[in-house]
Amino acid sequence: MKQRGILVRDFSHYYGENRSLNNINLDVYRNEILGIIGPARSGKSTFLACLNRLNDLIPGSRVEGKIVVDDQDIYGPEVDVVALRRKLGMVFATPVPLPLTIYENIVFGVRLLGKNNRPELDEIVEDSLEKAGLWAEVKDRLHTSALKLSGGQQQRLCIARVLALKPQYIMLDEPTSGLDPISTMKIEDSLRTLKKDYTIILVTNNTKQAARVADRTAFFLMGELVEIDETRVVFTRPSDKRTEAYLEGKFG
Amino acid sequence: MGGQLKLQPRTEQKVVQVFMYLMTSIAVLVLVFILVVILKNGLPQLNLEFLTKNPADMGREGGILSTIVATIFLTFIALLVATPLGVGTAIYLTEYTVESRITRIIRFGAECLAGIPSIIFGLFGFILFVNKLKFGWSILSGGLTLAFMVLPTIIRTSEEAIKAVPPAYRLVSFSLGSTRWQTVTRVVLPSAIPGIVTGVILSIGRSIGETAAVIFTAGSALRMPTSLFSSSRTMSVHFYILAKEGVSMPKAYGTAAVLVISILVINIVTYYLMEKYIKRKS
Ligand SMILES: Nc1ncnc2c1ncn2[C@@H]1O[C@H](COP(=O)(O)OP(=O)(O)OP(=O)(O)O)[C@@H](O)[C@H]1O
Ligand SMILES: [Mg+2]
Repeated sequence: MKQRGILVRDFSHYYGENRSLNNINLDVYRNEILGIIGPARSGKSTFLACLNRLNDLIPGSRVEGKIVVDDQDIYGPEVDVVALRRKLGMVFATPVPLPLTIYENIVFGVRLLGKNNRPELDEIVEDSLEKAGLWAEVKDRLHTSALKLSGGQQQRLCIARVLALKPQYIMLDEPTSGLDPISTMKIEDSLRTLKKDYTIILVTNNTKQAARVADRTAFFLMGELVEIDETRVVFTRPSDKRTEAYLEGKFG
Repeated sequence: MGGQLKLQPRTEQKVVQVFMYLMTSIAVLVLVFILVVILKNGLPQLNLEFLTKNPADMGREGGILSTIVATIFLTFIALLVATPLGVGTAIYLTEYTVESRITRIIRFGAECLAGIPSIIFGLFGFILFVNKLKFGWSILSGGLTLAFMVLPTIIRTSEEAIKAVPPAYRLVSFSLGSTRWQTVTRVVLPSAIPGIVTGVILSIGRSIGETAAVIFTAGSALRMPTSLFSSSRTMSVHFYILAKEGVSMPKAYGTAAVLVISILVINIVTYYLMEKYIKRKS
């Protein structure tokens, strides 16, 4: 039986008066890639931001229900939000390297913990870049600005930066939406490798991408979880008409 | 729009362009005119002695060393107080609060402060620092008065600079597990530095050139200042007194030349350093 890492129960989210997520129930299994698909404004990004509580930063953001990560109720009173965010690393749609060198981008999160030991940092940098499939391309210019990298390289840098945190989960929000097919393929390849050691949640507005890499796929629509199942099942025999319509490109 | 002058878009663009050129050239011309007049009359006065000797005989003889030192001290104190206060306020307003009545009141207060004539600051400084707090006419009173005078500029420019930092940087920083303070110190401020420094430089320029607020609070003693509590005369006050009381027009021009040149040099050096900083970052 698969182990469950994240449990979402009767979970709703509001921006002020507007409900953006409505009564979501789902589980995320360890070492799977869970794809989340759905049309624009269906609440996919909001869902990720609820999992690492990045939504705390938005005034008026409010939740109901429960999310449990590794047996901890993350909206409970004693939660260390900073630790939670390290545990659930996040990669955004547009790659955002900080205006620092490649090296300093990678160790940004590590330095926050007060770790400044050079050999240790060097090792983390090499290891993370290696895992993100970027090491060979940048190993000779680690101390040049990260802003000079190409879009695809920047996105892999962002993945490496998250890996440097040694997270349990990696959440990616449409990570390839601005990238060319080759860069996209490279990132999908890394994801398949990474799932051995991490649990991955991949939001994508490209249903084909979910079909290519996700073990299971969840379909969000207007803040509701319409269905979640094995990717194969969702794409071949969806149990809901709306899923079928979306996959056929009838809306979205 | 009957009756209104209607132009072809092309012609209109030309007209606007010519108008802009005209305005720009007038601005440049005025600057050049000021520089020429001051340097033409002032440069002949400048020599090592002028810069290294204290004024003698009310300023008719000698140099302006004590006024240079006083100007530097005063400006230094003003910025030492105003920079942390101003940048701190800007950080508070942008990073630690959401728009609310309180932030609006603070902003409105800063705006009002910016609109107050400097001579009123002089009066305020005189009442508060010179009299109430018994600092007397001194470097300290003058410096603190100037600090309040430049505070709105620093708040405003820092706020603009901080707001210009892409929100995505903050999001990334938080998502990598930083606290708000770490986000401010490691991501926001380093990106905002050029803008903040610009505000500080503007303020240095204003402090160096300020006369009205200083004459009431720092006094006009010609001695070399020896402590924070020395009454002392800055370059601009010196210029004002030399010129207004007809003490010595040549010395007045010499002082003005030093003033103008130092402000120019500060601006150019900063501009150069900022260019380099921005280049290195990107
Ligand atoms: N910061 C915010 N403040 C208020 N409402 C928001 C905010 N962010 C998102 N929303 C609203 O919440 C709903 C869900 O948005 P969300 O960004 O989560 O959707 P999404 O599925 O990620 O869409 P997309 O595919 O466009 O990224 C939308 O109606 C959106 O307008
Ligand atoms: Mg989104």
